[in-house]
Amino acid sequence: MSDKILLAHGSGGQLSHELVEHLFLKYFDNPILAHLDDAAVVRETRFFGKNRVSGKLAFTTDSYVVSPIFFPGGDIGKLAVCGTVNDLAMRGAMPLYLSAGFILEEGLPLADLERVVASMAVTAQAAGVQIVTGDTKVVDHGKADRLFINTAGVGVVSAGVNPGGDQVRPGDVVILSGTVGDHGMTIMSQREGLRFDSPLVSDCAPLHGLVAAMLDALSSLPLGEGSGVRALHCLRDPTRGGLATALNEVAGKSGVGIEIEEHAVPVRDAVRAACELLGLDPLYVANEGKLVTFVATEAADAVLARMRTHEYGREAAIIGQVTAEHAGRVVLRTALGARRVLDMLVGEQLPRIC
Amino acid sequence: MKYIDEFRDPQLARTLLANTRARSTQPVRFMEFCGGHTHAIFRHGLRQMLPPTVKLRSGPGCPVCVTASADLDRAIALAKLPDVLITTFGDMLKVPGSHGALQTAKAEGADVRVVYSALDALQIARDHPERAVIFLGVGFETTAPTVAVSILEAEAGGLDNFYVLSLHKLTPPATRAILDAGEVRLSGIIGPGHVTTVIGSRAWEFLPRDYSVPCAVAGFEPLDILRAVAALVEMVESGQPAVVNAYARGVHPEGNRTALDIMHRVFEVSEADWRGLGRMPASGLALRPEYARFDAALAFPVDPGPTREHEGCRCGDVLRGTVEPPDCPLFRRVCTPARPVGPCMVSAEGACAAWYRYGGVDV
Amino acid sequence: MCLAIPTLITSIEGTSARAEIGGVERTISLALTPEARVGDYVLVHTGFAIGVLDEEEAQETLRLLEELAEFYTGETNGEWRMANDELEMVSAIRNSQSAILR
Repeated sequence: MSDKILLAHGSGGQLSHELVEHLFLKYFDNPILAHLDDAAVVRETRFFGKNRVSGKLAFTTDSYVVSPIFFPGGDIGKLAVCGTVNDLAMRGAMPLYLSAGFILEEGLPLADLERVVASMAVTAQAAGVQIVTGDTKVVDHGKADRLFINTAGVGVVSAGVNPGGDQVRPGDVVILSGTVGDHGMTIMSQREGLRFDSPLVSDCAPLHGLVAAMLDALSSLPLGEGSGVRALHCLRDPTRGGLATALNEVAGKSGVGIEIEEHAVPVRDAVRAACELLGLDPLYVANEGKLVTFVATEAADAVLARMRTHEYGREAAIIGQVTAEHAGRVVLRTALGARRVLDMLVGEQLPRIC
Repeated sequence: MKYIDEFRDPQLARTLLANTRARSTQPVRFMEFCGGHTHAIFRHGLRQMLPPTVKLRSGPGCPVCVTASADLDRAIALAKLPDVLITTFGDMLKVPGSHGALQTAKAEGADVRVVYSALDALQIARDHPERAVIFLGVGFETTAPTVAVSILEAEAGGLDNFYVLSLHKLTPPATRAILDAGEVRLSGIIGPGHVTTVIGSRAWEFLPRDYSVPCAVAGFEPLDILRAVAALVEMVESGQPAVVNAYARGVHPEGNRTALDIMHRVFEVSEADWRGLGRMPASGLALRPEYARFDAALAFPVDPGPTREHEGCRCGDVLRGTVEPPDCPLFRRVCTPARPVGPCMVSAEGACAAWYRYGGVDV
Repeated sequence: MCLAIPTLITSIEGTSARAEIGGVERTISLALTPEARVGDYVLVHTGFAIGVLDEEEAQETLRLLEELAEFYTGETNGEWRMANDELEMVSAIRNSQSAILR
């Protein structure tokens, strides 16, 4: 095979077949994909551990265009798997199958593509999902920034689990699974003109295991009417726009107010420092391995305790609560004790000079 | 983080506030000149913590906001020239000119890149010898010396494709203009900390001397700002206006001589067009004749056409401190960060952006 | 004009230096502060050091703020209770006056 992606790799002919056989099949090694039919046919339920998982179908898609494609803590491939897995997890779904569509720029070194695909395979394996169908297109040099990936994912939501942006109630406790700003500042640190050396690492990670642990903790709590899992009102992964934007979306959809304690939001020193240097606010910086959850008051302690035992929830913290006042707005209590509005991000956060 | 965390101590902040509350008997209005102070005040919630007798008013200290429309249009016209690569600080990208913003030109194919430093722009010029790299020199006396260094380095390196469009402006003349105009009664000025690191606290002595207005030079952490406010209240109550350096760890009376020398070596004082304040003599910086070959205005004369101001926009008044953003009829209703009409809503330091983001709810 | 961050100089080479804050390191220019030394804290604005921070002045500022705190006793139901004794209050304010204006 040539060492660079050529237009012919996307044309469906000989080179396309070679790419699928020698690259994609090699890494996304599973019997469903190996069929190489136009569509993958999958079983509607499957066994997960000892429990048969069946219920509603969850379905999502996302496209990944991050630049640079390789960064500390991950790459575009890992992101493409985790991002879609997490979208499913935020609805309380167990992710099962992914599709992967690639748009490649002519001239992309094959070694780079292989590295991305290998990363996707490793991530998918660890997340317990299979990539069962895909597509490849190649565009002229200059028409795509190296490569773009789209992944769609299906999963299953168990009965009784129904977290949603409009389910949040006054009195709910807001819990964040860990430090914010890691991913966005890592990417920022790699960009031309904003280069600096730092111990910053993307937090890119699949969160469905954490969510499953949280649901498990809830299901063993006696919470009166309905099962314990109903106490989990909402899950959100604060990606673009950061935590502040995610909180605002929920406040708006549920018609409630949210109060956050600034000092309770965990932020790594390096992220804080990088934000100070560039005049950015960590509350608006993207995360790829964190979730924020809204749970009924009685369930908060149990959920928090369980999160802290999980590898992706070790620094979980209660950061605030939901109120009936200032519906639709998020209010921040600053470290000084003053209160101010925390608005959602409009446009991009650009580094300030002033 | 050293020199940051200690100056955010909540206990000491409460102390300063208690002191201010105890001393403040008459209603006062202080102007924080600098957009960075407006931002910090809102971000830490300081406005609500001050006693009701102390009011703050934002000034014209946002270099992006005070860039005149004609100058902005010129920058956008430059971006559209073939083989030109524009390098700029991020704040400038979204400011609406007469016909769209730099961002619009970028979306239409112009090569516009955000840089963090003038030196980054210089490096881009070295990396792209086939393009004319123009750096948009926006900023006050804190930034101008850094741009001067980049020009000196371009000269030393024999670069022939690096240019600067100097839109730099000076802060004391703007402060004078506001007081001379007498449109807003100010009891004191919160002086810009980092500008003063460069120009020195003595540069503000004209305030008590010519206007009997006290000035407290402030840093940007909550304790710095609260300390400056407390000092201003003290001077008002005692009737003894003076310049107080409330940022002694970062400011000296004489400023940074090296930076000033470098700045004056490359730039000369010139008249400048200020949004809101109009054309003012001796209020801006232009490249000296010896550095004319780096001057983008000379190398690329463009005619951006007639300037179109946006009807109803009260940015100019906000910058002069005569009104506050909610007084503008467009504020929030028509003009928002997503669809800004004027620069005050666009720039992260603009007063309107700060009010929009942090205000609006009675908390 | 405003954003400048205190960073620690960890090494110098010519007019460039490595500066660190909170574990984040960046290369900066010392062209405007040639007097800066390794171990100094400098204010960094757009990649340039614009001034060397004066540690003594910083400590002095914090010290007098802490002194000021002694004149005021804590919090009661959110209200700030000041020194009860009239004389004590006047002297506290007078002392704070000079402290604030230094």
